[in-house]
Amino acid sequence: MEAVKMMQTMTPDDTKPVNFTVKAPVYLQIGDTKADTAHSGVCVVDVNLPFGKPVNIEEVTFKNYYTAYVTVRLLRRNPEQEAPAKWCTALRDLPLMDNPHTERGSQDYYTIHRTQMQVEPDHVVCVRLILRQPSLAWLTFSLEDIKIFPHTEPDPEKEVSDWLSDLTLIDQHPDLEGLPDPQTVSSSIQQMWALTEVMQTNQTTASIGRFDVDGCYDISLLSLT
Amino acid sequence: MQQGNGIELSLTIAQIIQRLRGSHLHSQIERQAKECLHQPDVKLESLKEDVRSFLKTSGWERKLQNAVYRELQLPPRHPPAPPEHLKEPLAYMRKAQASWEKRVLKSLNSMSTELGVPLAHMRPAAEQKELTNKWNEMGTDEPDLSRFRPVYAPKDFLEVLIGLRNPNHDSSEDISARSHWGLIQVPLNVRDIPHLREAYSELNLTSGQMGIDDHALIHPAVLCTHSLFCLHLSCVVVMEEDSAAAQQYSRQGCPTGLRADLWALILNATNQPQDVMHYEQLKAGVIQHNLLVDNLIYKVSYIYLTPPLLFSQVLLCFSRDTAVLEHFKYNSATPPKSYIQGEIISVIPFHGFSMYVAPLCFLYNEPSKLYNVFREMYIRYFFRLHSISSHPSGILSLCLQFERLLQTHLPQLFYHLRQIGVQPLRLAFKWMVRAFSGYLSTDQLLLLWDRILGYDSLEVVAVLAAAVFAFRAENLMEVTSLASAEAVLADLSTLKVMPLIQVFLFATAM
Repeated sequence: MEAVKMMQTMTPDDTKPVNFTVKAPVYLQIGDTKADTAHSGVCVVDVNLPFGKPVNIEEVTFKNYYTAYVTVRLLRRNPEQEAPAKWCTALRDLPLMDNPHTERGSQDYYTIHRTQMQVEPDHVVCVRLILRQPSLAWLTFSLEDIKIFPHTEPDPEKEVSDWLSDLTLIDQHPDLEGLPDPQTVSSSIQQMWALTEVMQTNQTTASIGRFDVDGCYDISLLSLT
Repeated sequence: MQQGNGIELSLTIAQIIQRLRGSHLHSQIERQAKECLHQPDVKLESLKEDVRSFLKTSGWERKLQNAVYRELQLPPRHPPAPPEHLKEPLAYMRKAQASWEKRVLKSLNSMSTELGVPLAHMRPAAEQKELTNKWNEMGTDEPDLSRFRPVYAPKDFLEVLIGLRNPNHDSSEDISARSHWGLIQVPLNVRDIPHLREAYSELNLTSGQMGIDDHALIHPAVLCTHSLFCLHLSCVVVMEEDSAAAQQYSRQGCPTGLRADLWALILNATNQPQDVMHYEQLKAGVIQHNLLVDNLIYKVSYIYLTPPLLFSQVLLCFSRDTAVLEHFKYNSATPPKSYIQGEIISVIPFHGFSMYVAPLCFLYNEPSKLYNVFREMYIRYFFRLHSISSHPSGILSLCLQFERLLQTHLPQLFYHLRQIGVQPLRLAFKWMVRAFSGYLSTDQLLLLWDRILGYDSLEVVAVLAAAVFAFRAENLMEVTSLASAEAVLADLSTLKVMPLIQVFLFATAM
């Protein structure tokens, strides 16, 4: 069933999120002097993945705190090529709140799966989350509890669920103690059942007929024809 | 949420399967499937298809569809989210609800101490026997209730709602940016008339409504055809036992004779043997134990002129129904429970909730059926009217919606009332918190509740409150005091709800 398959390919509970360091969120300000700054409603959060170990991302999860839109940018380094790492946009302006001025979605949990991203999130070195909250209604906004889960290739031999392969065929014969062999019994029952099926479908109105010979039921006189 | 649709769908499917697995319906269908194997037209080669078509023709597939439909009404579970978040996503609301509950429980406990009556005690055997004999006369006997007072009044609850603040809300910009004239200070998402027109399109002025358009003023020929058509349609819906169709149908009102069946269908409130048994168990609980709240229930039942015995029976049983606790998984409210000999035996009802039962007594005369329908209605809708949450059908959203509708579409009236020191919400709150029960005439109330079920939302209650103000606007503009404003709005018993709502939604100048 598709739903079950979905559960299997989704991040299983025992996949650990990647360890990373999150730099302090940088709230962009407008204005030159410190006294004159106004909140721009934009914040940048950089997530640095472990140095020397680029990650193939399966999904990113987080809890919202009054952020209206999030843009996800990835710094990818292709291991084969010697080229420097490049930034690309994986998701632009994903709405987290229906309406930036009202509560809906403001504290919800979100998951961004790799299939929702516009580029393949492989060999990622750094993830940059650009948060936007244009409304004046809120004092602050951010994302909490950011987790990044690595992509794991499904083991082809384990396509079938573990429990199925754990089943062993019991082929030792049970102790019958004088009873007939179950296999023979079941096959003869099956034959009988099939016969009754045939009888049911081929019901006729003709009488069964009597097995008498010249009006006599004496068993020794029963004809074998 | 803008998640990948395929992923979201598969997740929902998996969750529904999990919820239905192990349910009574699941075992019934399994049993039916096994039994149908005896049938001759079920063949081994085409076993799967044959069993499926058997389940379809025997109506079991429909029952499963209804169950799935009901599950879809519940919010989807998002994997990383903890259970309390599922109930209520906003942390400050959860906190407010928890402290409100503590307050109510404290009040109940102090009443118990003050009166010297324990919250719960086991009845002596003689008393139990007497109650069993008098069960069907309950309600005609009036115990001395003068010492008991309600646990809290609606206006106490309103004060709590008014005082709610989001700690992250910037109120310094309040006056210039939003200029909200009302009392509710929480910025919840509420719909305005253009959105409401879309959502409630079946109520528009050109659609026939039960209760208006089957009135005698219309030409008999037209009346007959329309009514007959509606009646026929509703019969078909009931016979087909289709919950979703019943819900859609209810949006234009239910014919009186079929309302009971249609509501039961929409709520999927079956009256199976195990439901009757459950009810009998609850009844036994009532006879065995006397609860403090029972006295509060007796007290209220005399206000409403309904068959009192049915009313009391249902309420007393409800307060003991711990299966109701199961629903509180989807609601951040945790009802106070009382213990007898270490066992949880009751959900302590909140004041006034008996008003939710009374109208149902006019529809159902079988206690266990009435009980099941009431319980479903309570856990889907009515509990939201006395708990603090951000849900669109929650009382907080309804209050805000009422105020916004009034300020946007009747600004002169709102302004005038504020000038004389009257906040409109203080007048309308008691109507909304009881879903208008006790204020409208019963037939009108049932037409309103048809729409609550039909649209699966209590929004229509807020819309009606605003519509009543619109209707009485002229008189209200003349008043100069709170008392006279209250007098203008005191008697709603002559109002016809559907024309009011229709005019307010579809004839208001934009």
